[in-house]
Amino acid sequence: MAIREGGAGRKAFQVFNTVFLFLLMLLCLYPLYLQLITSISHGLEVMKGGIILLPRNVTFNTYTTLVRGELFMYMRNTIVYTVVGTLVNLGMSCLCAYPLARKTFSGRKFFTALVTVTLFFSGGMIPMYLTVKQFGLMDTMWALILPGAISTYNMIIIRTAFQSIPDSLIESAQLDGANDLVILARIVVPLSKATLATMLLFYAVSHWNSYFDAMLYINKKNLYPLQIMLRNMLIGGLFNEETAIAGASADSFAVTDATLRSAAIVVTTLPILVVYPFVQRYFVKGVMIGSVKG
Amino acid sequence: MSAHPQTRRAGQPLLKRAFRALKRDRWLYLIMLLPLAYYLLFWYYPMYGVTLAFKQYKPKLGIIGSPWASQNGMKYVLQVVNDPYFWTVFKNTIVLNLENLLITFPAPILLALLLNELASNGYKRLVQTVTYLPHFLSTVVVVGMMNVMFNSSGIVNQAIAALGGEKVAFLNEARYFRPMYIGSNIWQGIGWDSIIYLSALSGLDMELYEAARIDGAGRWKQTLHVTLPGILPTIIIMLILAMGRIMNVSYQKILLMMTGSNQSVSDVISTYVYRRGITQADFSYATAVNLFQSLVSLLFVGVTNTISRRTSETSLW
Repeated sequence: MAIREGGAGRKAFQVFNTVFLFLLMLLCLYPLYLQLITSISHGLEVMKGGIILLPRNVTFNTYTTLVRGELFMYMRNTIVYTVVGTLVNLGMSCLCAYPLARKTFSGRKFFTALVTVTLFFSGGMIPMYLTVKQFGLMDTMWALILPGAISTYNMIIIRTAFQSIPDSLIESAQLDGANDLVILARIVVPLSKATLATMLLFYAVSHWNSYFDAMLYINKKNLYPLQIMLRNMLIGGLFNEETAIAGASADSFAVTDATLRSAAIVVTTLPILVVYPFVQRYFVKGVMIGSVKG
Repeated sequence: MSAHPQTRRAGQPLLKRAFRALKRDRWLYLIMLLPLAYYLLFWYYPMYGVTLAFKQYKPKLGIIGSPWASQNGMKYVLQVVNDPYFWTVFKNTIVLNLENLLITFPAPILLALLLNELASNGYKRLVQTVTYLPHFLSTVVVVGMMNVMFNSSGIVNQAIAALGGEKVAFLNEARYFRPMYIGSNIWQGIGWDSIIYLSALSGLDMELYEAARIDGAGRWKQTLHVTLPGILPTIIIMLILAMGRIMNVSYQKILLMMTGSNQSVSDVISTYVYRRGITQADFSYATAVNLFQSLVSLLFVGVTNTISRRTSETSLW
């Protein structure tokens, strides 16, 4: 019996397991690190290859080149879409979740069914595209915000949180003459802060990361989000000619397609990387409360 | 109704009750107004838009006003069925997804089991934090990093060259598309997808392990006979959900990875819908293609659910 708990086989497994998981962590982080060192290395060095652990001939020209391009415009767009979009998401989700959470609500069954159907059926890409077009939302920020105003999954999680608030609290507020909108804003939302914070993060990340809606609905360059800038750099090399010229005039080959691309990846990912360690546990909590079973 | 058996106005009570409920819950209905409008406009209206598959779309008349297509509305559906290229993308979708499911599905379960064996809680948490991270990167960033690492002068080909091998066109050659797609899916999802299994593992009854130990079962046998059966219901639920998504490939990623030379394997139903519908404005045809995808999805969930209900008594419905 001693063999199984502390024996040589068990020890060997523990060592293997620890090392294996360490390698897995490296595998997760290294691609990101590689982008960072590529983006601040001299273009010629990157072409020569061999940049594995440290940058070579460090230059920040890639970043100045991006800034001289329209980086700030794309970034501002993404920030606006993320902030406005997340606010709309949270507001709409709370509005929808509150009546569905009230056990005495006479329309509860009907509206719950109406909402649940959307978990299983949708019109698909083309009818959605035509709908957005018909409503005159093309080339406006609202095309990126309204179609996904409520994520039904997230809304159901919020509803569950609302349901855990004791009815007596709501009833006593009603006796004080408060209407449901006041109860929602003054009692229910403040008591569900933890869940709402998690949902805020989920919504915000999905806005920050989305590119496909912009590809469908936005044709004006001055409305493009950051992800589209990056996408266009992937597909078409340098993202516009001005920056190519700007990069070339300073020091030929200091900035190349490859280094510029890595810099764009770093810039696009940085906000998430900076925030991630602090909010990570909220994300995990979100998955836990959202899980169906288990 | 039985509350007022001898009411004279037989039709009234229901209406009256509805009116009273409406009045009592007027604030709740008012609050529901915006969400209701949202679901009707952006979910139910497009859902009705699926009829486009049977219509001759006229931009001026909109989805509702457009007339039915010829051949009793079946014009586009028949076109799809008779389009050999549709069957190519149909096959691509199924092959890509089955391969993807087969390889990506067990990975997070394995990771959860390994994490569960770690003696140090701090190390466990560190591994979790780090492996969850890729989940939060955007598709464009993931494909971008893949391009940087796997292009002809990227770090992977440098390594191959250093070892004396021939450079490999990972990003272009058709035969590397599926491994690249599936590999990056695992990279992005293995950590995050393990959460659900970890939470199932933490709910397992410790006494079962105790009993197994007394019976002389080693760690490996405990895993085989206690741990795995314990998380089996979770595994089955996740499998059914995965089967339901089997036709929904990550087309957003595929569109970014698609090149002229890998299109023969990378073109799937959703990318075909995108190209025919959005790029070529062939709306009815694209909607009809999409319809097939939805039908097959439905079939997959139904069949998996039935099989699982019969064999293990775990099911979605």
